[in-house]
Amino acid sequence: MSQIHLLPAIILTPFAGALVLLCVPGKRTRAVRVVALLAATVALGLSLAVAALYDRAAGGMQFVERIPWVASFGIHLDLGVDGLSLPLVLLTAIILFAGVFVTWRLSNRSKEFFIYTLVLVGGVFGVFLSLDLLILFMFIEIAVIPKYVLIAVWGSTRKEYAAMKYTMYLLAGSAISLVAIIAIFAYAHDPVRGMGAWTFDLATLSTIHFDPGFQKLAFFLMLAGFGVLVPLFPLHRWTPDGHSAAPTAISMILAGVIMKLGGYALIRVGIGLFPEGAAFWAPVIAVLAAVNAVYIAFVAMVQKDLKFVVANSSISHMGFVLIGIASLNAASIDGAVAQMFAHGIMAALFFAIVGLVYDKAHTRAIDDFGGLAHQMPRVAAAFLIAGLASLGLPGMFNFVAEFSVFSGAIQAFPVVAVISISAVVVTAIYVLWVFQRMFFGPRNPRWDHLKDARGVEMVPIVVLAAVLIGFGVYPRAIMDVITGGILPLVQRVAALSVGGAL
Amino acid sequence: MDFSSIRVELLAALFSLGLLVFGLLVPKGRKDHTGVVATLGFLALLIVSFVAPGSGTSFSGGRYLNDQLALFFKHVFLAAAFLISLMSLRFTSRLAESRSEFFSLLSFSVVGMMMLGSSNDFLTLYIGLELMTLPLVLLTAWDKANGASTEAGAKYVLLSAVSSAVLLFGLSLLFGAAGSLTYSEVIRALAASSPDPLVVTGGIMVLAGFAFKIAAVPFHMWSPDIYEGAPAPVAAFLAVGSKAAGFAALVRLLLFVLPSASASYPLVVISLSALSMVVGNLIALPQTNLKRLLAWSSISHAGYMLLGLVAASRAGLGALLYYTILYLFANVGIFAAISSFGPAAGTGEIAAFRGMWKRSPFMAASLLVCLLSLAGIPPAAGFLGKFYLLAETARQGRLWLAVVALVMSVVSISYYISVVKALLMEKAEDESPIRVPFPQAAIMAVSVLITIGMGVFPAPFTTWTQSVAAAVIK
Repeated sequence: MSQIHLLPAIILTPFAGALVLLCVPGKRTRAVRVVALLAATVALGLSLAVAALYDRAAGGMQFVERIPWVASFGIHLDLGVDGLSLPLVLLTAIILFAGVFVTWRLSNRSKEFFIYTLVLVGGVFGVFLSLDLLILFMFIEIAVIPKYVLIAVWGSTRKEYAAMKYTMYLLAGSAISLVAIIAIFAYAHDPVRGMGAWTFDLATLSTIHFDPGFQKLAFFLMLAGFGVLVPLFPLHRWTPDGHSAAPTAISMILAGVIMKLGGYALIRVGIGLFPEGAAFWAPVIAVLAAVNAVYIAFVAMVQKDLKFVVANSSISHMGFVLIGIASLNAASIDGAVAQMFAHGIMAALFFAIVGLVYDKAHTRAIDDFGGLAHQMPRVAAAFLIAGLASLGLPGMFNFVAEFSVFSGAIQAFPVVAVISISAVVVTAIYVLWVFQRMFFGPRNPRWDHLKDARGVEMVPIVVLAAVLIGFGVYPRAIMDVITGGILPLVQRVAALSVGGAL
Repeated sequence: MDFSSIRVELLAALFSLGLLVFGLLVPKGRKDHTGVVATLGFLALLIVSFVAPGSGTSFSGGRYLNDQLALFFKHVFLAAAFLISLMSLRFTSRLAESRSEFFSLLSFSVVGMMMLGSSNDFLTLYIGLELMTLPLVLLTAWDKANGASTEAGAKYVLLSAVSSAVLLFGLSLLFGAAGSLTYSEVIRALAASSPDPLVVTGGIMVLAGFAFKIAAVPFHMWSPDIYEGAPAPVAAFLAVGSKAAGFAALVRLLLFVLPSASASYPLVVISLSALSMVVGNLIALPQTNLKRLLAWSSISHAGYMLLGLVAASRAGLGALLYYTILYLFANVGIFAAISSFGPAAGTGEIAAFRGMWKRSPFMAASLLVCLLSLAGIPPAAGFLGKFYLLAETARQGRLWLAVVALVMSVVSISYYISVVKALLMEKAEDESPIRVPFPQAAIMAVSVLITIGMGVFPAPFTTWTQSVAAAVIK
């Protein structure tokens, strides 16, 4: 199987697409779109192939490749995919594919838009597929400038302020996590406590037993650094501005995928290397995550701008992911990974719909609308699907994910879990309230000129809604894979806590 | 006397003289040819330094070395001279007179730099320093029509005279204590005696002299004014050549000579490094002129590079050398962009770069890559360069210093991004396309290729710099 080199191909496809786009004249927008779509389709095809060929029975890390990069410093391009990363790779590919269709009609500098988008997504694939700590971090950083440019050039409402705020928050977070990475590097090089050699390989690093004091410090740095990406309360302030200012396809990628980088890195690096540190900080994460889930849900309720509602609801939903991570048991982390996937698709669908409405109506103020279901029945139906997924209706994949998170969390932090579950109710209130104010009610003649979604515009809606409902009806298709991926992690944590008790 | 060990230097010195003669021989209307000949000559010298560097290892009884380190810096200086000479073609073609002398002086300065990198003796060191500096003073003031250039030249000559005086005084103190000028003798003498305030003072004065050359805080005040006033190619040469030469000399002084006298020097270097990173990056924030911004950023980069000398290990020195290469190409790429427009070879106002994505996508893209490298964002080389330096600093237990560097590097990204903003987002008053002149385009293309190449395939450069470091630190 290693002859096929699927994983390098997945990472290289977007970058290759960007290189090809560099050579396409910017005036030929049709050619530009076709190249971008081609790259997205190939990436999606390859990701589906990996998902299909992944041996579910065997589990664990598969398609492993090891390409020396800087051998003298022990940096290797180690690639591999397991139950933790596979759903997220799929998620990225699906959202990129949908994002190209959302941006199909973009005429302002579309060539550059797709170049930056492809570089951004290539970086994301790299993060999910690398097994080398430094390479993983570098891929996170590659995405910084594309994100800044994409928001600041193609965004809306206070775009430059939002882009700068976003970038500085994320860079500060990266700097903090880089301190942790450098500290790990120095620790691992120590001949007495570590390996006595340069290494960044996550598997090798996880065999070192870091001393508890170091684990607490390093996990805290990781939490603060990657917590900005998630975002963890109170590091979330960039999110509403950034996600609302970004152009539609980029909001989809930011909320759908980039937020997941933080959760992924916390599980893979944080819990993977520092189980004791994770156990030490778990109560703090749980409490902050509950604030995320409940408080931000209330914040979402009072927003006047539709996109701010969706952006805040993303933060609230990522709170569930963090509660899942904090609970540190199989069911909860299973749920956290599933929730990352489910929320990614759901948020992308939401932002796609918001973008569709904004492109046509040129406003996002909820109070301007009303009775929109008369003019845009398909958009209303899509919004309802996303909304029902958001409030965790059974039959949607989000329900499976949230159920799993809370069935795990109730064992670890009963009080926090009960409080957080109330966020689901708050979510139901604001989603349905927004839906009622925008789509129900008497027909508003002001919006009679709006045309319903059709043709290309329907592609992202259909694809994303189908994924949500498909996995909701048959969750085993993905839950089994996730469980296989996180079991080794959870067993390590469990073994350590038993050891600690003795 | 093994003359093969100074082959490159001899050829370069002959070449400098030859250029003067050549300038007299070419007819009046064809003075541009000197620049082309000079550029090709530097390229030839660079190739010679790679393929036939001379087999000898030392000259004049060990006062002059031709070791791996010296050779590495010869490559750096000649590569810089080649690119700067290419960059100067456009600037000199606009001058009414003194075109050939420009290139001859550039070449003399390179000879001085190579002497600095090879000297193993205080007197040779000092002569090399002056041979490098005096032509640079003249070149800084070359743009006679421009008052700022003349002013910059005057400032440079005064301030470098002061720094030379301090350096000389320090050298005389060290000579008084050790009774010799040759490094090996000095090391032996200083190691035998107990730490002496006289020696410590002398050493610190020597350090101050070179801190001036690399523009480390608090000896940095000259650089923003002079970068801004000097013609863009000369400013670029100051930024990359003069700074690399300062480091070439500092490597030997700080790794071998001064530690034998006192154990307190690392403290001095750490302070220089931390101050440069903090002050350089903070003052770069409000700059609106790209040349001034680069001056402040180059002060901060001196701070990062000093981390390699703080570490004083193979990995640290290797990281410093790696950083020297990436710093060279990133800066040359940006200065090439500055020098490709504006009457006085570009005043470098950031406002002039507005809307560049429309006026010249190529220039916008090259500037973006070079700025990313300086900011330390992958896939450009700067990230790995900083990582090597910081990892070694942290490994030696100075995690706090690495944290200072990281925090300041986040600060630095905000001013590099302000340039990116002008390039990609702001609207230009005049949106007419810019035709980048061929030499400038070539320099930018080379810079981008090497910057990305070092970031994506770092192994060959890492192996090279680490092997040079391993040859120096036994």
